[in-house]
Amino acid sequence: MPAVLEIEGLRKTYKSRRRGTRNALDGFDMRVEAGQVHGFLGPNGSGKTTTLRTLLGLIRPNGGRMALLGHEVPAALPTVAGQVGAIVESPQFFPHFSARDTLSLLAGAGDVPATRIDEVLELVGLRDRAGERVKTYSLGMKQRLAVASALLKNPKLLILDEPANGLDPGGIREMRTLMRNLAESGMTVVLSSHILGEIQLICDSVTIISLGRRVAFGPVEQVLAQHSSGAVRVRLEAVTDLPVATEALTGAEIRVTGHPDHLMLTGVDKPATVTRLLAERGLYVSELAPVAVDLESVFLELTATAPVPGQHRQVDQSATVGGAGQPGATGGGWGA
Amino acid sequence: MSLYRTELRRLAKRRFSRWMTVLGLLVLATVMIGVFFSNQKIDASALAKAERQAEQQYQEQVRWSEQERLACERAKTDGTVDPNRFPADCSVITPPPREAIESRWFLPSTFDFRENFGFTLLPFAAILALVGFVVGASFVGAEWSTGGMMNLLLWRPKRLTVLLAKLSALLTGVLAVALPAAVLWFGGFWLVAVYRGSTEKVTSGVWQSFALTGLRGIVLALLMATVGFALASLGRHTAMALGGAIAVMVVGQFGLAILLDMAGVRFAEAWLLPTYAVAWMQKKVTLEDWEACNATFTGECRPATFDVTWQQSSVLLGVGLVVILGAALWAMRRRDIS
Repeated sequence: MPAVLEIEGLRKTYKSRRRGTRNALDGFDMRVEAGQVHGFLGPNGSGKTTTLRTLLGLIRPNGGRMALLGHEVPAALPTVAGQVGAIVESPQFFPHFSARDTLSLLAGAGDVPATRIDEVLELVGLRDRAGERVKTYSLGMKQRLAVASALLKNPKLLILDEPANGLDPGGIREMRTLMRNLAESGMTVVLSSHILGEIQLICDSVTIISLGRRVAFGPVEQVLAQHSSGAVRVRLEAVTDLPVATEALTGAEIRVTGHPDHLMLTGVDKPATVTRLLAERGLYVSELAPVAVDLESVFLELTATAPVPGQHRQVDQSATVGGAGQPGATGGGWGA
Repeated sequence: MSLYRTELRRLAKRRFSRWMTVLGLLVLATVMIGVFFSNQKIDASALAKAERQAEQQYQEQVRWSEQERLACERAKTDGTVDPNRFPADCSVITPPPREAIESRWFLPSTFDFRENFGFTLLPFAAILALVGFVVGASFVGAEWSTGGMMNLLLWRPKRLTVLLAKLSALLTGVLAVALPAAVLWFGGFWLVAVYRGSTEKVTSGVWQSFALTGLRGIVLALLMATVGFALASLGRHTAMALGGAIAVMVVGQFGLAILLDMAGVRFAEAWLLPTYAVAWMQKKVTLEDWEACNATFTGECRPATFDVTWQQSSVLLGVGLVVILGAALWAMRRRDIS
């Protein structure tokens, strides 16, 4: 599949006499293929918004290469801007204009036909409130307006930074359906979000960034599989048999963690080995289940941002690829 | 072109632009109405009344000097003369000559178009310039502070084109208000002169001079709108321009004026910006140094003078405009937008 968005070795450094030098982006790579819904994840201050702003020409990079829809940016941004809809960070609009005025002015600036305004207002559910001033809108309504503004151009690539922020549960579900429908219609969607459950549900692939570097990327299932612990949970018909089972499994060099009503096994190549070993001792399994990981646990592991009791993690305390004592790089399906 | 038209629409839609324009026009209308009601047409009866008042005052002077002369002579006879009150020779106490009390002093105020209209163009330009500055600053400052500029740049990622399209729309808007306002100003004061004064001796040369002054006033308004716009764009907030203007006026002008005065600098006003604005409008401002004496052949002592011309003003204003607008364009091109 052709790449709609390509970033290679992107660097952005902020220099301050007082605070010294900070690498917001430190050789960041990213690739999004056409027709996908791609999740862009990272802890606060990891460089997500800086990446999007740089990609959209708002920030000048210090190095690296970027391309949108096959065109090198920022040089070709004026050419591709009409095909890229984006909202970056929280929705920001002139508060005294109505939603319709706001979209009308954007449509005017972008040579978009006025009929498209009603289409997007309908799409995001703001049709009946379009005449009201934006300052009277809730955060969720502003978010809907932001998505409407990004959809106004009927773009080939849609970049949304935290689109579900402030939405009610119904709105989150509507947004999820909208993203899927857009992707099915051929639009490529890049979503930056902290609602990892949503990302796992709607995204085909993800990129995880930490301290300005990519720490994981690839199809969601692949990233999850690569970070699966391979743990297996075993329950027996009789709880009193757990010590015997522990002895049998340990003897076969399987690591066992005992719990009051079950055992957690790691280092199991094939679950069939477990049933065979236990059956040999006359023990019968009532549950044998591989323990699945979710995106949130992978994210917390990769970025080293899981909360630790008694510690207050600071914003920049997270992991980067190859950092000392940190998880290594995670390979994905796209190489590089 | 679509961007320029869109920005014109945005300017017209903004409540602040509308209200500031209405406020500015109301102030101008108030000035004109005030001039209308504080002036009268001079007819024969007004002239006769003034003549009577002048004669009355002359008679009062005659009576008063006669009383004083008699009091002086009485004091001399009694030997109680006060040298601080009366002269040595009481006969020198005489009334002023009749012609010294002019009847025109007692005429009501009248609006002579040829004599007075030129002075009204200064407040006209000042009010337009103030409205232009504030609207210009708000037009781009609010866009920066509310994120509108960032949204626009996501649609049109040509920074200079976007900023210059906004500036062009602003200047078009200022011109669209200033030109009809100028026509109304000229027409309104012509009517004031017709009904409350005189339109005599208004030759084509006078019209040409007024037209050029009015044109310079509109240029001043455009320039101030551009400066407000550029300062707000540099600071990415309306308050940057307004704060900057207040700082320049308070620290740079009042403070500087006090400092120059204390230092005894000659022609201190030559260092103050309003002098150049006035010189731009009135073609020339002559500063005087009363500490210096240039003796004339009659023995009269005249102060040293220094002329600030509109050409000098145009150089200063032009350089200032280029520096401030250039800095705003440079910042727009170079700085990260977050």
